[in-house]
Amino acid sequence: MLELRQVTKSFTLPDGSPLDVLDIEHFDAKAGEQVVIVGQSGCGKTTLLHVIAGICRPDAGRVLIDGWDIPVLSEADRDQFRAAKIGYVFQTFNLLPAFSALENVMIGMTFADGRADRDRAKMLLERVGLSHRLTHKPSQLSVGEQQRVAVARAMANRPKVLLADEPTANIDTGNQQQVIDMLRGACEVENVVLLLVTHSPEVARQFDRVERLEEINRVLVKRS
Amino acid sequence: MSLWKIALRSLQYRRLASGLTALSISLGVALVVGVMVIHAVVDQSFKRSAQGYDLIVGAKGSRLELVLSTVYYLGKPIGMVPYDYFLELTEGRFAPEVDLAVPCCLGDNYQGYRVVGTTPDMFNELEYRGGEKYRFREGENFGWGEYYDAVIGATVARKTGLKVGDTFQPGHGETPEQGEKHKPFTVVGILAPTGTPNDRALFVNIEGFWEIHAHGHYDQEKPAEGSEAKHGTEEHGAEKHATEEHAAEAASESGAADSGDKDHSHAVAGDANSHAAHPHAQGDGHMERHVTAILVRTNTKRMTRAMALPKIINQEADAQAVMPAEEVTRLFEGIVGNIQKVLLVFAVLIVIVAGIGMMVSIYNSMSERRHEIAVMRALGARRLTVMSIILLESILLSLGGGALGLLLGHGLVGLLAPSIMENTGVVVHALQFQPIELVLIPGLIAMASVVGYLPALIAYRTEVADSLSE
Repeated sequence: MLELRQVTKSFTLPDGSPLDVLDIEHFDAKAGEQVVIVGQSGCGKTTLLHVIAGICRPDAGRVLIDGWDIPVLSEADRDQFRAAKIGYVFQTFNLLPAFSALENVMIGMTFADGRADRDRAKMLLERVGLSHRLTHKPSQLSVGEQQRVAVARAMANRPKVLLADEPTANIDTGNQQQVIDMLRGACEVENVVLLLVTHSPEVARQFDRVERLEEINRVLVKRS
Repeated sequence: MSLWKIALRSLQYRRLASGLTALSISLGVALVVGVMVIHAVVDQSFKRSAQGYDLIVGAKGSRLELVLSTVYYLGKPIGMVPYDYFLELTEGRFAPEVDLAVPCCLGDNYQGYRVVGTTPDMFNELEYRGGEKYRFREGENFGWGEYYDAVIGATVARKTGLKVGDTFQPGHGETPEQGEKHKPFTVVGILAPTGTPNDRALFVNIEGFWEIHAHGHYDQEKPAEGSEAKHGTEEHGAEKHATEEHAAEAASESGAADSGDKDHSHAVAGDANSHAAHPHAQGDGHMERHVTAILVRTNTKRMTRAMALPKIINQEADAQAVMPAEEVTRLFEGIVGNIQKVLLVFAVLIVIVAGIGMMVSIYNSMSERRHEIAVMRALGARRLTVMSIILLESILLSLGGGALGLLLGHGLVGLLAPSIMENTGVVVHALQFQPIELVLIPGLIAMASVVGYLPALIAYRTEVADSLSE
């Protein structure tokens, strides 16, 4: 389902010198597989998710999702692909403040194919226990509730891959487990690849497959 | 969820900034609407006021002044033409080309409102605003033989409180302070509002008008004269010169008349010589009368000759004939139109400044919205999609401001309508729409697209990865 081959990514520093961030020879995840990626701050976890999501293009290599080679797509096609096939949960939730919980879920649907399935959006919010919060704005929700809305939004377009970038980092311990359970449950129900980046050993130990970026990213291997 | 709804939600979220921006646009649009509506109505009203007759015949001089003084009661009459000239039009050599001629004598006022000496034909035969008959709100027209009867305009009735049966004493000149008081006239009719300058005038029987000027100022103890005299018009030919006896009497009071004083701005200007120079005075036993203008409706059955009538009159030394519609159009295009164009340009500039304000407002909001746009992009929105959302916000603000401006503009017109009516006699309604207003909405959309382009471009160029980490 998800394959990375010879993927490299570097940035240019203000002084003009290159900064190598990623050099991943090989990474695979099967449909429905749930993988945790751990690593130190600044080791390229978020960049890896961005490359998989098509937010930024790798300098080289292939990123295959459901048979599509993402880097070769045009930017507009990558946007379209991301809207349709990839769900994204951010560390800071990133709900749109102008929209209600229901609208935040529906807005992703609009970007995917121009139509928003209101019933599915309601069902997803119901699944995360927020059926009573449909019309609430993000500012009227607790942080835990906000992240649950973000989980529902990520699942809105029936993605093939769900990328979660430290989804529990900004929420209290009580809500952390609830969010992890919801992410795992949603991916199981819809057979979605879950790629979850975390710093938390408690979270990591719940998963069968844990990848340390220091081990799969040759940039870090070389540094060490 | 459509992009329109997304744009609307974003505006609602910033409701204070959005509201103020829309308000600034609405004020500009309201001014544009106000200027356009009032311009169109005044233009129409000015042009229509002179409808109902084709020509104004008056003394030689400024054509525009003749029209302004006769139709709009503005300024002083430019001079006099002999009553004989009126007879030329009704009975003499021009009669076949003339369907109707109505004499007007100006020069008196009542509380600042012009008093017009005329015949009952003014309201029985003439029409206004392209075919509307004069109607009486109260009472009726004065009769041919009732020399001291009068009809007053709707505004005069409202402002002076005159009612049917009341009497009033005209004074010499155009302003209330001027001149001595004349013998009183009795109000027998009040016109329904016409939306023409006639609402702001008093109309008296021309025979009475001539008489008061023949006899000078009114002496309360002296009985009214001439009340039994008959008017002189075409329809009453047998009676037309029945006042000669009275005229002779008048002439004996005023002495020999110099009736050829065409530059005299009034039948009697109020000075010592004016009574002697009065049109009603007589010389060598023949009654001499003058009028300040004659409203002429030409005979449509003799169109070719009727069209030549102004040229023939203008070639002669006695009078001039002007086509009021032509003069009013020239006035509007030359002076009034330019002033209104300047006002319109200012109003449009206000809209443009408001548009620039809108651009600044959206542009400033872009820095705080960069992250929000990046989130939309991360959710799969294309660059063109986020650009469209910002453009739609700009368009919605303009449309909202424009709609509010239309309401405010027409509300403003409605608020000003009574004052405009009272001061100018022009009838304006809040719901008078002008076809040019249809251009406003596409114009606003075009403006919104232009001013929204820069912020939309910023949205387009937002880099997702960089902005997400902000």
